[in-house]
Amino acid sequence: MNASSDAQGKVPELTARTHGSRRSYIIGLVFAVTLTVGSFWAASSEQIYNPGIPLLLAVLAIAQIGIHLVFFLHISSAPDQTNNLLSVAFGVFVVGLIVFGSMLIMAHLKHMSVPMDTLLQMQR
Amino acid sequence: MTTVASTADGAGVPLSFRGPASLRIVAGFGFWLFLLSDIILFAALFAAYAVLSTETAGGPAGRDLFDLHRVFLETACLLLSSVTCGFGSLAIQEQSYGSTYLWLLVTLLLGLAFLIFEASEFAGFVAAGAGPSRSAFLSAFFTLVGTHGLHVALGLCWLLIMLLQLWTFGFDDKARRRLFCFGLFWHALDIVWVGVFTIVYLGART
Amino acid sequence: MFGKLTWAAIPIHQPIIMITAAVIGAVLIATAGLITRNRWWLPLWRKWITSVDHKRIGVMYMVLALIMLIRGFADALMMRTQLAFAAGGAAGYLPPEHYDQVFSAHGTIMIFFVAMPFIVGLMNFAVPLQLGIRDVAFPVLNSISFWLTASGVLLVNLSLVVGEFARTGWLAYPPLSETTYSPGVGVDYYLWSLQISGAGTLLSGINLTTTILKLRAPGMGYSRMPVFCWTALASNLLIVAAFPILTATFAMLLLDRYCGFHFFTTELGGNPMMYINLIWIWGHPEVYILILPAFGVFSEVVATFSGKPLFGYRSMVMATMAICVLSFTVWLHHFFTMGAGADVNGFFGIMTMIIAVPTGVKVFNWLFTLYGGRIRYTVPIYWTLGFMVTFLIGGMTGVLMAIPPADFVLHNSLFLIAHFHNTAIGGVIFGVMAGYSYWFPKAFGFRLNELLGKAVFWCWFFGFYLAFMPLYALGLMGATRRMQHYSNLNWQPLMHVAWIGAMLVFLGIILTGVQLYVSIKQRTRTADVTGDPWNGRTLEWSTPSPPPPWNFSILPHVEQSDAFWGTKQRIPALEGSRAQCHAAAAAPHYEPLHVPANTPIGILLAICAFAVGFSLIWHIFWLLTIGLLAAVAITLRQAWRRDELHVPVEQIVAFERSHARAGAET
Repeated sequence: MNASSDAQGKVPELTARTHGSRRSYIIGLVFAVTLTVGSFWAASSEQIYNPGIPLLLAVLAIAQIGIHLVFFLHISSAPDQTNNLLSVAFGVFVVGLIVFGSMLIMAHLKHMSVPMDTLLQMQR
Repeated sequence: MTTVASTADGAGVPLSFRGPASLRIVAGFGFWLFLLSDIILFAALFAAYAVLSTETAGGPAGRDLFDLHRVFLETACLLLSSVTCGFGSLAIQEQSYGSTYLWLLVTLLLGLAFLIFEASEFAGFVAAGAGPSRSAFLSAFFTLVGTHGLHVALGLCWLLIMLLQLWTFGFDDKARRRLFCFGLFWHALDIVWVGVFTIVYLGART
Repeated sequence: MFGKLTWAAIPIHQPIIMITAAVIGAVLIATAGLITRNRWWLPLWRKWITSVDHKRIGVMYMVLALIMLIRGFADALMMRTQLAFAAGGAAGYLPPEHYDQVFSAHGTIMIFFVAMPFIVGLMNFAVPLQLGIRDVAFPVLNSISFWLTASGVLLVNLSLVVGEFARTGWLAYPPLSETTYSPGVGVDYYLWSLQISGAGTLLSGINLTTTILKLRAPGMGYSRMPVFCWTALASNLLIVAAFPILTATFAMLLLDRYCGFHFFTTELGGNPMMYINLIWIWGHPEVYILILPAFGVFSEVVATFSGKPLFGYRSMVMATMAICVLSFTVWLHHFFTMGAGADVNGFFGIMTMIIAVPTGVKVFNWLFTLYGGRIRYTVPIYWTLGFMVTFLIGGMTGVLMAIPPADFVLHNSLFLIAHFHNTAIGGVIFGVMAGYSYWFPKAFGFRLNELLGKAVFWCWFFGFYLAFMPLYALGLMGATRRMQHYSNLNWQPLMHVAWIGAMLVFLGIILTGVQLYVSIKQRTRTADVTGDPWNGRTLEWSTPSPPPPWNFSILPHVEQSDAFWGTKQRIPALEGSRAQCHAAAAAPHYEPLHVPANTPIGILLAICAFAVGFSLIWHIFWLLTIGLLAAVAITLRQAWRRDELHVPVEQIVAFERSHARAGAET
């Protein structure tokens, strides 16, 4: 182990391939294309029950994000990926809170408040 | 108690006990955290969009403006560029440097195509009187999609600089680490785009 | 040529500001003179300004915070004085437009430029030493983070003499902070200085999280990490997760102000309540970012000075991580009265009460650590005991306000002010002071004067209670926050008591300076030759005081938690001394080290950031272009840089020998 790296005295990295394989990118591409085409079709299709379309789009989007994470970003349950996986989980938690929490709170606030233009007129 | 890991055969000792990780892992994880923070930035913008998407103030709404054909093309460009970026990383690993340059150049061009499509979309909206100051919905739209586009543009600048660094320094450790980080960045941008086209563009149709 | 900037921006007709500016100017000139006379400019540049050493950067953060404490506290004194006078029909001495800037600056400075740098400084200094490693994960980035914070500080302070500051309170709610109602540069100063320093903080969060998760001494698994490092991990995870929200929200407000967007305006569909919602999703984790490392300091201090391991290590860790996660689930309690309805209010009220539970677990663990120990009543323990009582009261008033109906009465009253100062001072400041006294010998090689240290504590302790207990009463009597005058003469005696409390705290701050001066004078007598002045338990005490730039000549191999204590137990003859190195001195095998070279990139980028911020505030677009281009050029230059410092084995050996000699001579 040479001294060419650092002041940290680091251990050499694991020799496992860090970039996955050509196969994983091709599979990922195929899945992603299918899900994308599916989303675009679902949004403009007459054949799906309309109130169910937002849910279907959400499911397709989440699936596609999962495909990206697994096949392009190589997230797995391997021990050297634990920190990464936990970070993703924490990120999902926070993102969910921000987006859905805000939507819920703002919807309640809107429901309980005087509309803005009425409010401004009241002040004149 | 637990034996201390030796550098040669650390097998059997949990990773967390093996001492400081290598620079490649450290840089990669640091960048991963940066991406986490970036995703949360986008989450705040998504939240603002979600709340304000109905506030059109009498102006045009999403369904009046969005051209889904162009969005599909943009999505194709970005998705393909993610794959070509991945092929570029594989080429570095296999040490075939000519292929590396090729795949990264293709990534650059596809990213550029995406930006051109997006810029023409924005210009069209502004010309039609649907600029960001027209309504809260449009402010949120331009900010969310524009921030993503800005990230793509900065990514392409970074890629260009990386190609120059490869040319100057060759394929040394530092360049590989930085290209690895670029790959993470580029894939993350595609993930954000999945959210954008689903929630913003397709969501406007429902 | 200079955008909106004209000579009229300098408030020559406001005597208070002009006198303050004169005083600051005099201090700056005197400092420059002192540095010149002692020929310190070059050493300052080489060893401190361009340093990428986490210990130096940590010290610089603390110095920055101490200076800004004086500025923020001056604002506090101004407010207390105004309120002591302005009762009945009296107008006081501070006109409302000025008073509004004072309370806004006070809050902004105290949270962003005092509390945050104090906490980040302590973590920067102590975490790598406790983890048994040589530096943080990204040392150059560390320097950039510090200087970006300093850039924000400069902008905020400049607003005093060039232009004005925001009058919106420390969170700048729209629509007041929109251009319609705040057309001046004040809000722009606020926004840009916080965006710049916020970027620095985010980078620092990434840096320290990576360090704690990926760089620990061999053998230091997660269960052997000191509790301060666990709390630092939780705090930095929160920084990484929460600060982007602040950046995004401020960016949206900036777009509204500069480009006519309509996120938070009152017309064309904007929703000001969205700003409040988003800013508090950041705001609540922010207070946990501040308090968690303080809890960590108390854990270390309590264990060290009781001579016992910390009680309940696992429950401490779990409580810390629980607080980390739960801190994202309570934010609405900051705006119960905005009208989300009983169901939503109820949920967040219950979550707020739940988050008090892990903190309670921690308090019991500290008490059980003290119980049965042989407690040494040093200055850090004084701060800890003061914290236990004071923070408890603050926490309880918080749980009181977590009940929405109670909050409807108390929101934005002086009761709220008393509550958050109770937790901020009793928790964060007391924790910082404990950490300061605890780690000072490690940083500088000599101890602080104990007697003066205790005097400082008592001034803060009694000063705090006198200043803020009356505010609880006033809040219950109906007094609101941010008021420049009041009509109820019955409130005035309590305001006088609060003023006395503030003066007592002022005395405490002065005594801190005196303590530093006296300690420096006495430093040969109170020198720390062994590196372990407190008979400590964690790895930082196994290094010399101050440690060499590379911290550990040989990375320690850790076999248990409280790693250094274990080593000392196994070598009883050398208890309290640098047992680690003496054990290794039998046949030390040093390898040459590479440390990252000092670099001016931090301060240079900060200067560019300052130029960009200033030019955006005043709309000076040629300066903006230059600033941005320079920043890009400097970054590119850094990308092509390839130098590192080589520390040969002879230098390491020489250092170790000189310190072994010094240790043997005691």
